[in-house]
Amino acid sequence: MANRKMLTLAVNDTVRNVDVATNETLLETLRRVGAVEVKCGCEKGDCGACAVLLDGMAVDSCLTLTHTVGARAITTIKGLGNAEAPHPIQTAFAERGAAQCGYCTPGMIIATQSMLNNDTDTPDEADIRQALSGNLCRCTGYTKIYDAVLESAKVMRDTAAAGEMESVK
Amino acid sequence: MYADFDLLIPEGLNQALGMIAKSKADTDIAPLGGGTNLVVEMRARGKAAATLLSVGQIADLRGIEIADGRVTMGAATTVSDILRHPRMPDVGSALFESAGVFAGQMVRNTATVAGNICCGSPAADLVPPLLALGASVTLQSQRGERTVPLDKYFTGYKTSVRKPDELLTAISWPVPAGKSASRFYKLGRRKGDAITMVGVSVFIEMAGGVCTTVRIALGAVGPCVMRAGKAEAVLLGKAPTAELIEKAASVAEGECAPIDDIRASGAYRKQQVQVLVRRLLNQTIESLS
Ligand SMILES: Cc1cc2nc3c(=O)[nH]c(=O)nc-3n(C[C@H](O)[C@H](O)[C@H](O)COP(=O)(O)OP(=O)(O)OC[C@H]3O[C@@H](n4cnc5c(N)ncnc54)[C@H](O)[C@@H]3O)c2cc1C
Ligand code: FES
Ligand code: FES
Repeated sequence: MANRKMLTLAVNDTVRNVDVATNETLLETLRRVGAVEVKCGCEKGDCGACAVLLDGMAVDSCLTLTHTVGARAITTIKGLGNAEAPHPIQTAFAERGAAQCGYCTPGMIIATQSMLNNDTDTPDEADIRQALSGNLCRCTGYTKIYDAVLESAKVMRDTAAAGEMESVK
Repeated sequence: MYADFDLLIPEGLNQALGMIAKSKADTDIAPLGGGTNLVVEMRARGKAAATLLSVGQIADLRGIEIADGRVTMGAATTVSDILRHPRMPDVGSALFESAGVFAGQMVRNTATVAGNICCGSPAADLVPPLLALGASVTLQSQRGERTVPLDKYFTGYKTSVRKPDELLTAISWPVPAGKSASRFYKLGRRKGDAITMVGVSVFIEMAGGVCTTVRIALGAVGPCVMRAGKAEAVLLGKAPTAELIEKAASVAEGECAPIDDIRASGAYRKQQVQVLVRRLLNQTIESLS
């Protein structure tokens, strides 16, 4: 029998207390508390639309039981950036035409950030294909997405390098 | 609500073993690793064990250690952990190759090694390389601990020697010694995120021009992942000539009994076993000469 318990969840730097059933998925919990930027596609791990970061690493929220999240920080696409202060990956997706209907985009960007965090900040196309192999897009044909990821990785490296120069001065 | 179940989240292994000690069947208390298999299955079937016991968060069960001539992975080690381990290409190259073609990033970040073994799927991609590397699994319960060679673990389609009160806690294999190499190939319908139609892994050790160890493992061509023992015997103790490699490949084809399903026909799978065993044996032996 499912039980319920109050959990403390850290979503995009806001701590919330949420009453959660043991059989609830993180996708269900997040959308229930209003984080509808996390998209529901297949609910079986195939499409990646529901991806969020847990302590900086992407997981499918539809396969994650909320009670197993523990103290890990949850980051959704809104935690990376918004229209006023976009994240470099969001800017590159917009400028390169990598979003059409946009349904896959939150998951694509979360998976990209996770690759940059955990695998490589100098990805080539093979790295990108491997990192995004769990994200489906029905619109773009992927080419513009790969271009945007390559570009944003470069922008982020250049910004980091400029920051280092600044601190040397 | 897709399925009704309670969920236990133990802090350490001892607490987990205490919680599962009363389980008489997997319908009572089932272990939960990353959930990438179990959550999908519960949703499809609309039912679950009465209670799930989450083990993915137990820190002692996660990590890869190389010591005393063995590689040991905790049960909760993820597929991404395998890919990110700097020494994996040397100490388990077939396993490294398999982790690289496994699912998509989010599933790899969550899916555990124990979950891949314990789901019992004949298409589980980590199992052929682990069999080829000569791996054993450790099963633990409050009654004690035992080590089972992986090729004695499965007893049939989704059945194994694991008792309901046991957790799989570790997987280990000898660090490949001498002149040896291993390979894995996954034949799927796409390059990314595909379920395996045929998976083949081989391990060869050579000394003095002859094969001193030969292991050939086949996935998705029988009720469980299997060793092709007769094909291995063709090469063992012999110099691997083109004729013998050809013979081993056709013997391997004869040893498997694949079914027809939505991904491929049995006849196609059988033919591909021959092609892939020959190709991987050639590549492995070439890399050793
Ligand atoms: C989109 C998608 C793509 C996939 N692609 C692949 C693929 O390419 N290759 C592949 O092989 N698989 C694939 N899978 C299947 C799945 O991801 C793997 O089998 C994975 O390794 C399961 O691990 P898990 O930790 O998520 O297991 P879970 O789902 O948590 O558990 C699976 C089974 O193992 C049992 N179990 C877990 N841990 C233990 C333990 N410590 N002791 C005893 N029993 C235990 C559970 O009770 C359950 O029966 C895919 C799944 C999805 C959703
Ligand atoms: S909704 Fe989670 S992967 Fe499709
Ligand atoms: S932009 Fe429409 S699904 Fe990717």
